[in-house]
Amino acid sequence: MRHATSLLTALAVGTLTATVAASETELTVYTAVEAEDLARYAETFNQSNPDIKINWVRDSTGIITAKLLAERDNPQADVVWGLAATSLLLLKSEGMLEPYAPAGVEELDVKFVDGDNPPAWVGMDAWVASVCYNTVEAEKAGLTPPTSWKDLTDPMYKDQVIMPNPNSSGTGFLDVSSWLQMFGEDGGWDYMDALHENIARYTHSGSKPCKLAAAGEIPIGISFAFRGAKSKADGAPLEVIVPSEGVGWDMEATAIVAGTANLEAAQKLVDFTVTKEANEMYNTGYAVVAYPGVAKPVEHFPEGLLDAMIENDFEFAANNRAAILKEWQSRYDGKSEAK
Amino acid sequence: MSEISINPGTLPAGPDIKPKLSRDDILMRGSMIVIALYLVATLVLPLYTMLSKSFSTYRMELSQYEFQVSDDAGQFDGTILSGDALNEQIGAFSGTELSTGSDGRLSVTELFPDFSFRSPVMYQIRNTSDTGRFLVGSTLQDNTDWVTLDSNQFRRVQLRPVQSRGLENFVNYFSTPALFNSIKNSLWISVISTIVTVTLAFWFAYALNRSCMRFKGVFRLIAMAPILVPSLLPGIALVYLFGNQGMIKELLFGASIYGPIGIVIGSVFFTFPHAFLIISTALAISDARLYEAAVSLRSTPWRTFWTVTVPGARYGLISAAFVVFNLVITDFGLPKVIGGQFNVLAVDIYKQVIGQQNFEMGAVVSVVLVIPAILAFAIDRMVQSKQVALLSARSVPYQPTPNRKADRFFLVYCCLIGLFIVGLLAVCQFAALIKFWPYDLSLSLKNYDFNKMDGGGWGSYINSIKLALLTAVIGTSVVFFGAYLVEKSNGFRTGRSIFQMFAMLPMAIPGMVLGLSYIFFFNSPSNPLNGIYGTMAILVICTVTHFYTVSHLTAVTALKQMDREFESVSSSLKQPTMKLFARVTVPVCLPAVLDISIYLFVNAMTTVSAVVFLYSPKTTLASIAVLNMDDAGDIAPAAAMGMMIFYTNATARIIHLIASKGILKRTQGWRSR
Repeated sequence: MRHATSLLTALAVGTLTATVAASETELTVYTAVEAEDLARYAETFNQSNPDIKINWVRDSTGIITAKLLAERDNPQADVVWGLAATSLLLLKSEGMLEPYAPAGVEELDVKFVDGDNPPAWVGMDAWVASVCYNTVEAEKAGLTPPTSWKDLTDPMYKDQVIMPNPNSSGTGFLDVSSWLQMFGEDGGWDYMDALHENIARYTHSGSKPCKLAAAGEIPIGISFAFRGAKSKADGAPLEVIVPSEGVGWDMEATAIVAGTANLEAAQKLVDFTVTKEANEMYNTGYAVVAYPGVAKPVEHFPEGLLDAMIENDFEFAANNRAAILKEWQSRYDGKSEAK
Repeated sequence: MSEISINPGTLPAGPDIKPKLSRDDILMRGSMIVIALYLVATLVLPLYTMLSKSFSTYRMELSQYEFQVSDDAGQFDGTILSGDALNEQIGAFSGTELSTGSDGRLSVTELFPDFSFRSPVMYQIRNTSDTGRFLVGSTLQDNTDWVTLDSNQFRRVQLRPVQSRGLENFVNYFSTPALFNSIKNSLWISVISTIVTVTLAFWFAYALNRSCMRFKGVFRLIAMAPILVPSLLPGIALVYLFGNQGMIKELLFGASIYGPIGIVIGSVFFTFPHAFLIISTALAISDARLYEAAVSLRSTPWRTFWTVTVPGARYGLISAAFVVFNLVITDFGLPKVIGGQFNVLAVDIYKQVIGQQNFEMGAVVSVVLVIPAILAFAIDRMVQSKQVALLSARSVPYQPTPNRKADRFFLVYCCLIGLFIVGLLAVCQFAALIKFWPYDLSLSLKNYDFNKMDGGGWGSYINSIKLALLTAVIGTSVVFFGAYLVEKSNGFRTGRSIFQMFAMLPMAIPGMVLGLSYIFFFNSPSNPLNGIYGTMAILVICTVTHFYTVSHLTAVTALKQMDREFESVSSSLKQPTMKLFARVTVPVCLPAVLDISIYLFVNAMTTVSAVVFLYSPKTTLASIAVLNMDDAGDIAPAAAMGMMIFYTNATARIIHLIASKGILKRTQGWRSR
């Protein structure tokens, strides 16, 4: 019967694809994955699940998080695929995530899976802080490349460094949280006080410092490795530097939004996100992925990045986020007034 | 005298004479109420919701939690401790420490001075009511069951705040220098930009109206160009001109374009047409007899200028100043792109809401931003109401006389202004075509591959055109019909003046504030209109409301030119008013109707501030894409998309021009005999 109806539809519309369209489920998926990767992700997913159509809602980490929190009482998303784990922890603490153990989750590195059982979220890949260093502009300004975070406080780099504002950028926050974890609370703030002297300005987004460094607008941009590698591949005279003390990182993760009307399809999608195939797909941009043994080196990625990743305490980051941001704002945002 | 006076008590009270409402009257009042209700639902209620949000605070209610502490063997003796009582004993948290934001967390271990995460002591914690919430790690507990934890787990317990009402948000705002400094910054750049823009626009308008220089038509066109682009586009151009890799950054002598300098230059660019239009109208008509008198009294040109020209244009100047001030202080796109570390109110709203998800503080900044905007608007209205006709029936229109020296001077001046406007646009177009500034200067169309960037790709461009068309059609219908009802219905004075007030209100409300208030109002699940959230409908409604006032005023002005006799004649001929409206009023006012629709179209294409909080993945817009691409550092594609908006608006303008010429020829033939 159903077949007959769809056949009629197909005839009426005059297209054969209508048979697929008749049984299609649509999922609204919120994501902060780079725009250029989305089509590829959906395509790979549809190879094994042709009956589920993904409607992407893509924006920066801060905006997607704000959107999800704003829609707390009236969720619009079915699945979050590719959002910072720190953000997902916030959502989890609001009771907004539907716990689900995807098939094959036990294959993943435990670091990448939420501690609860069933987990509220599962990780995909890590994105790691790095310093983008424009060799051409730096040479013009007579700078030598920094090798550590502490180097960046050298007066030589005055007004030559740009970093993202942690209040609006997830990358900015992971930098700040990693400094606080590595140097201790007092040491971390002392470090940022010194670094602030060299910062030309704080940007709203995390990829912008690297893109600005790539464009020569500033010699040094504190950003993340993935962005630096991409800009380098585009032909920018960049060096991606991994500071010696270690680098902060956050992971992109996936979760089902509680209250979704399409739970079954959502679970299928999350099942897919932990497969080896999906992890191979993440690996084209990210050097560190959740599925052990999958990762192959990514072109232009700095060496030694994996070893430099710090032991990141996500719970510390999520639970102290409000207090850290407030402190940061009172220290550095207030200083930036009209001269 | 006393004999003729009639004692009302002696005569029977006559019936109140009240004209009976005709079917037409009822229909018109009904429609008017419907449109007024529309304005209430799309403006008054959202603003009210936002205001109440600014008073919504979060507090840690320690009385909502109960604890039990075991002995070293892990045995509980059943003593229940209330969080409140514990805090009173120990004084761990002061009242201000307990006031927090919606994302506030409080670690409980400070209530237990003997706490050590290594001790064998066990703890139990529970909420005393259903509103209580706490986290163990990141897992939410919101029921009233006891949770038993060892001390290492107990240190991971974080209390969550509950909602209450009060002034804490405002106290918090004014005790955070990072936030309230923005008030000063906003006022400062607005005043500077206003002075510069009004001065430049005055001389430009003066040249076009009071001199005999050549190419006036061209300059008039150029002066209007900035209206066709989003306000953040000049910011992008300035980055290419004066940024660290800027083409002519030497002109700034080492100063940074990121900050007040950039905001002021960009603001002058995008507010110039508004100031120019208003001042030009004020300078267009003048009584030549005053100038003749000045000449015969041997007044110097300088004195004539200050005693005749400037006073004659004073209302235009004041109005222009307030309009520019309002545009600058409420603008969000430009300071976002080029403001650097210079915080202003409109960007603060964005940072609070988007960056920190602190909706309450966003509402507080919105309330702060509304105050100067409403003040500027109210003062302008007051001054305008004092304006009297300058041109009496006996006036002789002023005709400029050629003056070679002055005309040449004005031509040079206008060329400089024209170069500034065209130059910024040209820089954007140039930057959009360069492959990788400044390292690879070959031409390429790679920056037009929007689908590979943030912001929604080419789909957002299509969405923008849809939004602009829908806004133009729906907005024009609603606005014009509403204006007609207000202007031409009989009686119902209070109703009409309330409607007028509602129609004027949108002008005073900054776009950011409107957008934010829409989130609060429409995204609440208890709102029956909730379904439109995240759709094109909410964008159309928001944009129509945002630009309601100017459209309304245009319609009212056109309608005022039509004698009310039309209504009298039609009713004495027993024709329904709606027939008159469709057959006479609309055709006669067609020029105004077309003006309103192009105004709405262009603004819907360029608006950023109101819709930045409201777009959804399916309804991304070109103007927002410019913002988001710039935000991600894809500055050249942002410039490319900005120029796409410019070309679209320019095309719409040309079509509008041709269409109005054709339609006017057919419908307005009666104007010239």
